[in-house]
Amino acid sequence: MNLNSFKYCLRQSFVSLRRNFWLAVVTACIIAVSLAILGGFLLLAINARQLMSDIGTNVEICVFLYDDAEIESLEAEISALDGVDSVRFVSKHEGLADFARSLGDASLLAGLEGDNNPLPNAFRVRALHTEAVPALAETIRTLPGVELVEYGAELISRLVKITGWLNSLFVGISALLAIGAVFLIVTAIRLSVLARQEEIGIMKYLGASDWFIRFPFLLEGMAMGWLGTLAAVAALFAGYGRLADYLSRDTLAFFIRPVTAGEQLLPIYVGLVLLGTLLGGMGSVISIRKFLRV
Amino acid sequence: MIKFNNVTKIYPGSKQPALSDLTLEIEQGEFVFLVGPSGAGKSTLIKLLFREQLATGGQIFFHGKDIARLDKRQLLKHRRQIGMVFQDFRLLKQKTVFENVAFALEVLGRSTREINFKVPQVLAMVGLAGKEKSFPAELSGGEQQRVGVARALVKDPILLLADEPTGNLDRETSWQLMELFADINRSGTTVIIATHAWDVVDRMQKRVLSLENGRLVRDEKRGSYANEPKFF
Repeated sequence: MNLNSFKYCLRQSFVSLRRNFWLAVVTACIIAVSLAILGGFLLLAINARQLMSDIGTNVEICVFLYDDAEIESLEAEISALDGVDSVRFVSKHEGLADFARSLGDASLLAGLEGDNNPLPNAFRVRALHTEAVPALAETIRTLPGVELVEYGAELISRLVKITGWLNSLFVGISALLAIGAVFLIVTAIRLSVLARQEEIGIMKYLGASDWFIRFPFLLEGMAMGWLGTLAAVAALFAGYGRLADYLSRDTLAFFIRPVTAGEQLLPIYVGLVLLGTLLGGMGSVISIRKFLRV
Repeated sequence: MIKFNNVTKIYPGSKQPALSDLTLEIEQGEFVFLVGPSGAGKSTLIKLLFREQLATGGQIFFHGKDIARLDKRQLLKHRRQIGMVFQDFRLLKQKTVFENVAFALEVLGRSTREINFKVPQVLAMVGLAGKEKSFPAELSGGEQQRVGVARALVKDPILLLADEPTGNLDRETSWQLMELFADINRSGTTVIIATHAWDVVDRMQKRVLSLENGRLVRDEKRGSYANEPKFF
């Protein structure tokens, strides 16, 4: 394809978008709706994932130590392990104070201060990922000076299972939604191809190459996909922003912290726009395939 | 230039062949009428030459090349050297006369300069100078077909194929159009016309290939439409 052809195709796409303005608007709307559904679902998915990992990282590994343990070197050693988020040392005294506070009546523990304190020194370890907790606990158990390691084994194994299950569910549903979007887009673009079926036939008779015929449709489809998803993303951005705002003001905020970090949301929005543009182009190429066989 | 070797064409789902065991040769610069009743295989022959359809059996050579074996690029090149004229004109209604003819060059990626130079030239040649800005609906049938001829001519084809080009035109207009085809032929372009216009065929005294039921029944150098020429 030479420069003349490229300029011609570019001009042709604009002319056709203008001529079939309402058809283009309808197609862009269909793309907008199907990608808004997909996008809304993705937002739901990252929130669910965040919730799961919040619960997971709140699970602490309690590492109880012998009195003669080398606290500083042990702390350095645990911190250096893979998957460790933080390590906090809780001395006997702090442990006792915590215990007293949780009992609400310090007098019950009178006489246990100082050398009489029966509690061991301990580390409270947080993992980066829930899945890493069991293996981490196992490794820490073997370190010198460690007497006992405890964590919510049952809870963790359930969380890992649910997270895995949710992940595959989300991937599956997203794929289905994306396929559905492609079908809708293909159907919508086929209307605009049908409107120009005669022109395509004549082009074939005049010796136009397949790409020359396809290219304006490809550009048209991409433009519609781009505009459609831009609208969808704008709606999602505004809608989700308000919802997140509402949730974080409410008392619910204690349980649910909606994802608001730009570095998590931006890839979804940008990804949706790219996906929409790509789907628009793909839809065009698929729609026109049948008409190129002459 | 064109050689058919025992060519047979059977359309899918049909038992009767549209063309059967056809062998013929056409030289460069010839003017050929394809005649015969409807369904005799005239259109099929044209479609095979343009390679819109593939032969079921036999071979078709164009300038020594078996056209069934052309790859995508070669096929494009093959089609670009053939000008097609249709019974129903096949003009784009929303484009002007100029744009319809220019379209043939745009499709081939030619420059605007070349288009602005060539299109008026060809339009003048087919007798449509001054009609550049008209839309097809504003023209008579004969004029519309001239636009179709101009569109086929503008890319300098070495072969012009016309399937019933006068099918929708009255006798006088048909005759004028055929004279235009003869002019084109005189400048060296090979012309093949499928037609029912017996009076024109009889008057022009060109080569006639007569088909019946997919078979070549007559091939005459200076032929007439029917076996016994009709007089009028």
